[in-house]
Amino acid sequence: MKRSVWDVIARFFGRDTGSKMAAKERLRLVLVHDRTNISPQLMEMLKQELVQVISNYVEIDEAALEVNLESSDHQVALVANIPVLMVKRSIHPA
Amino acid sequence: MGEVFVVTSGKGGVGKTTTTANLGTGLASLGHKVVLVDTDIGLRNLDVVLGLENRIVYDITDVTGGHCRLRQALIRDKRLDGLHLLPAAQTKDKTAVSPEEMKTLCEELESEFDYVIIDCPAGIEQGFRNAIAGAHRAIVVTTPEVSAVRDADRIIGLLEAAELHAPRLIINRIRPRMVRHGDMMSIEDIIDILAVDLLGVVPEDEQVVISTNRGEAVVMDQRSRSGQAYRNIIQRLLGQTLPIMDLEDGSGFFGRLRRMMGLK
Repeated sequence: MKRSVWDVIARFFGRDTGSKMAAKERLRLVLVHDRTNISPQLMEMLKQELVQVISNYVEIDEAALEVNLESSDHQVALVANIPVLMVKRSIHPA
Repeated sequence: MGEVFVVTSGKGGVGKTTTTANLGTGLASLGHKVVLVDTDIGLRNLDVVLGLENRIVYDITDVTGGHCRLRQALIRDKRLDGLHLLPAAQTKDKTAVSPEEMKTLCEELESEFDYVIIDCPAGIEQGFRNAIAGAHRAIVVTTPEVSAVRDADRIIGLLEAAELHAPRLIINRIRPRMVRHGDMMSIEDIIDILAVDLLGVVPEDEQVVISTNRGEAVVMDQRSRSGQAYRNIIQRLLGQTLPIMDLEDGSGFFGRLRRMMGLK
C-alpha cells in the first residue's frame, strides 16, 4: 500500500516507472535479433581476436574454427566450436 | 561544390518529408542556394508540403530519361529565391530511376547548389538505394517509438554498409510530458540504443500540421517551438555547436518544483 502511494507520487514527479521501460526492453530484444545479421568482416575480426586470445592458453586448430551467432526465440548466442590441439603447460604473456 | 544530404528513416510517417522541407527552407532563408529532391517516385509528396504542387511540369524521371534539361524540371519556390524543388514522378514506379542515374544527377546538382537535400522514400528497396546513391552524408529521422527506432537501427546498418558513415539522428515528435512521466523513451534512451550522433530533437507541435496545411514550412514561424528546433538543427548542420533546447516550457509552478527537486 505504502509502495503504491509512493509510485503515484514518483510518477507525478516524473520518475521512470512508466511504459517506456517496456518499450526499451522490447526494443533491446528485437535489435539483438535484427543485428545478428552482422557483416562478414566484423565476424572475421571477431574470429581473429578470439584466436589471438585463446592461443595464449591453448594451441588450436585455426582452420577448423567455427564461430556463429545462433538465435532462438528468447536469446541470441555466440556459438564457437574451437578444436584444441594442445594445452599449454605454462603461460607466456606476449 | 555543394553538399549532398539524404534524409531517410526506414519507417514511413516519421517526418522525412517535413524534415526535408524545413531544412531546405531554413537553409534558403539564410541565403544559401538549395535544391530539394523528391525520390519517392509514385508517391510524390514534397511538392504539396512546400505548396508547389501546381507548378510541376517535368519531374525527376524526365531529367534522368533525357526528356528535358535539368533547369526545366527545377521549380522555384514562391517565397524564397534560393529554394528549388526537383519533384518525383507520380505515375511511374521506383525502377524508373537507377542508382547510377541518381549519382550523375547529384553531381550535376552539387555543382550548382550549396545544398542538395534528398527526400528518401520509406523502405529499404530500390527507392532507398536510389536516394542514397549520390549522397555524401545521411540524416536519419526517427520518433520515440519501438517500431521507428528499430527501423532506424536497420537503416543505420544499411547506410554503414553503403559506406555512408556517421549518419546523424533527428528525433521527431517527442512529447516532453510523456517523457517526464516515463511513458515515452527519452533522447538519452534512443541515443544509447542507436549509438549515433544527435543532430536535433523536434517536439510534437500542432503548428506543424497548421503550417503544412498551408503549404508552408514551420521553420519560418518564429514563435513555434518546432520551428526553433529546426532552426537549431540548421545551425548544427552549418557546423555550430548548440545545446539541445529545453523542450519543456517548464516555467510554471510544477516545472520549477521539479527542477528544485532535481527531477527533470
